[in-house]
Amino acid sequence: MAFCLMEGNEAIAWGAVASECRFFSGYPITPATTIFNTLLKLLPPLGGMCIQGEDEIASIGYCLGASMAGLKVMTATSGPGISLCSEHISFAIGSEIPIVIVDVQRLGPSTGSATRGADGDIQFLRWGNSGGLPVIVLAPVNVKDCYFLTMQAFNLAEKFRCPVFIASNKEIAMTRENIDIHAIAKPEIIERSAPPPGKPFVPFETSSGQLTPYFLPIGGNMPVRQTSSTHGPDGYITTDSDKIAEIQERLKTKLVSAVNGFSFHESYPEERADTLLLTYGVTARAAQDAYKAQKKYGKPVSLLILKTLWPVPQDLIREKAGNARRVIVMEMNLGQYVREIERILPDKKIDFLGQMDGRLITPHRIQEVIAHV
Amino acid sequence: MSSLLNTGRPPVFCPGCSHERITHGLDKAFQNMSLSGEQIAIVTDIGCSGLFDTFFHTHAFHGLHGRALTYAAGLKMARPELTVIVTMGDGGLGIGGAHILSACRRNLDITLLILNNFNFGMTGGQFSATTPSEVQVGSGFLNRLERPMDVCRIMSSAGVAYAVRCSSYAKDLAQEIENAIRFQGFSIIDIWGICPGRYTQRNKMTPQIIEDSLAKLPSRTNPIPENIRKEYGRHYRELAAEQKPVPSPAKIETKFHAPDFGRKEVVILGSAGQRIITAGEILCLAGLTAGLNVTQKNEYDITVLRGACISDVILSPEEIGYTGITSPDIVLALSQEGVDRRKHLFDHLDKNALIIRAEKIHLPPCNAKVQQPDFKAQKIKSSDRALAALSVLSKLETVIYPDMLESALAHRFKDNILASALDLVRRVEGLGA
Ligand code: SF4
Repeated sequence: MAFCLMEGNEAIAWGAVASECRFFSGYPITPATTIFNTLLKLLPPLGGMCIQGEDEIASIGYCLGASMAGLKVMTATSGPGISLCSEHISFAIGSEIPIVIVDVQRLGPSTGSATRGADGDIQFLRWGNSGGLPVIVLAPVNVKDCYFLTMQAFNLAEKFRCPVFIASNKEIAMTRENIDIHAIAKPEIIERSAPPPGKPFVPFETSSGQLTPYFLPIGGNMPVRQTSSTHGPDGYITTDSDKIAEIQERLKTKLVSAVNGFSFHESYPEERADTLLLTYGVTARAAQDAYKAQKKYGKPVSLLILKTLWPVPQDLIREKAGNARRVIVMEMNLGQYVREIERILPDKKIDFLGQMDGRLITPHRIQEVIAHV
Repeated sequence: MSSLLNTGRPPVFCPGCSHERITHGLDKAFQNMSLSGEQIAIVTDIGCSGLFDTFFHTHAFHGLHGRALTYAAGLKMARPELTVIVTMGDGGLGIGGAHILSACRRNLDITLLILNNFNFGMTGGQFSATTPSEVQVGSGFLNRLERPMDVCRIMSSAGVAYAVRCSSYAKDLAQEIENAIRFQGFSIIDIWGICPGRYTQRNKMTPQIIEDSLAKLPSRTNPIPENIRKEYGRHYRELAAEQKPVPSPAKIETKFHAPDFGRKEVVILGSAGQRIITAGEILCLAGLTAGLNVTQKNEYDITVLRGACISDVILSPEEIGYTGITSPDIVLALSQEGVDRRKHLFDHLDKNALIIRAEKIHLPPCNAKVQQPDFKAQKIKSSDRALAALSVLSKLETVIYPDMLESALAHRFKDNILASALDLVRRVEGLGA
């Protein structure tokens, strides 16, 4: 065994490099800055680029340009910055620009507390775009996940041509931990697919059954169009309602129909348990302690840790909820993802444990809620 | 070369709109430079000027209002060989102000055409950053309250090395555009024009008025001598090539057995300047040398050179779930500020907990055992006390052993610093010595 000592942010940077990310742009903001710091050391010697934008709008804008030029790109920020990124998130969704966006969440609202953790942006990441089309959000629990899920995020961004968020948290991002990074299996690296040769390139055209269009870079041998306007397959603005409806539907379906293929999670079912603990992010660590303690004292509960939050992995959640009578949803906010669980599991008793004061939810508190029937 | 105009999509501007002349001027410049479509990217934003990318057979990137320069920068960094042209109106100039100033400071080889017609055409003729105070536009009296900005003056203060203004009606417009494109760095042409759709509905503006107004402005030399410098992309690549590759993260092989006491929580309470975070890291590294799981969380004030500085470390043979510390086993109390910041922690200490306290630190009442090494007598200065306290801790042999600590130092430090750190931890007396 050989460990490295690394914080979550550094692991995200290394995961990006392992995924062949070669362009990063970001604006300094606690608690995301060390991603920028690390990539500034890692990327230039590899022939990559790390840019400090004049603000978060620009930082993600640089990424969108570089992504359309064919590079794998990433930006990283926190609550105040992700708010500024909103217009470009919408752009990346609607115009199918691959990008990984790290939101190292800190306590909000607004500038809130720069050095306190939270999971307060979970619904914002999903809905903080104009048009409300789906996005992919992955949530790490620990430093190892930061590395592993970043590699998955790049693959998903490339495969589906969409923004993929990593919903980190100050409590993971700036906590150093042991990680056996060399033992983590790297997924096979996925690239955008180029169109088959011999036909004129139509930038947003898809054949029947194909949900993600082929990609050619801006700056390549064939002129390519990109636009933030409502466009038809040719990348020109359109007012044709049928074409518009078709593309919007495809943007939704390409992610929602595929989520079973990337529903990352950890599941600890207990046969005798009538309660399921359901959580994500750093709170999963306390939940694991509570799960172990309950088991030790002969009052087992099941545990489901979601690492794909959006699109909601509904099938997975229904399956894992199984016969549980009661589901306790825990998150570092005053009630966000619990709405999804209430929607998906209308027959279960849903209890909620939320906390939004900059402190971690403790295993002890979780056990109190378990005991409080 | 032939025209790059998209014959299938001819310009759709209002009759008499000067944007149409600029479209042709730009096409002419491309032709004169023998550029083909795939060598060019036209990047646009919102407004009537934002239609430009659709009129050409080139790469095209149309995005949000004022942000075109950001996409252009990403494209140019990724594809240095590409000719990148940005068109923007005087609206984009205002909303994208921060990006334009940055582009001027940065000097990436991009050409910005500002299609300056002194109002927002598309949305109804509202005032923009260049609307004169005395004219009648779609914002009621509001433009009377603000001063229009002098694009070239501001941009040259911001560092652009090439900024010209000219009229859409200038005979040499194509040549002006070509000169700007040929300039190796960020170049701006502030092209004054007429918006019959909105502006001249209520105001007089003719090619002659534009020419007279331009003639009244002081003439400028281009390139701007004091702003001439290396192009950003080339400079970036030069400096990047000098950066040393970073080796993959250092692995720490397990070579010791840790003391067999299970999970241990250690809190280091100190102040800025006492190397508290480094001490926490060293403690973690020491744990790694024995294959322990570790976590380290730090707390310090945003003004980094002042105030309390705290490191929370957990070492455990088991996987670590919850990373909070509620009842630590060991507290290293090295500064009063640190202790005061966590004063409630002392309420929870049980009688098996140990506090290693530096001199003159007042502790809140608690059940823990307190030990006070005589750091002063051993001539250990404040900035060394965190490491000295770790040495004391290692000599207790409950959390780490001295050989783990020394091995951690060897991972963290080199040469002289390592030698003096080893000297320190070796000479520090254990408790009860
Ligand atoms: S509104 Fe003004 S700028 Fe727009 S096309 Fe008409 S004349 Fe030209």
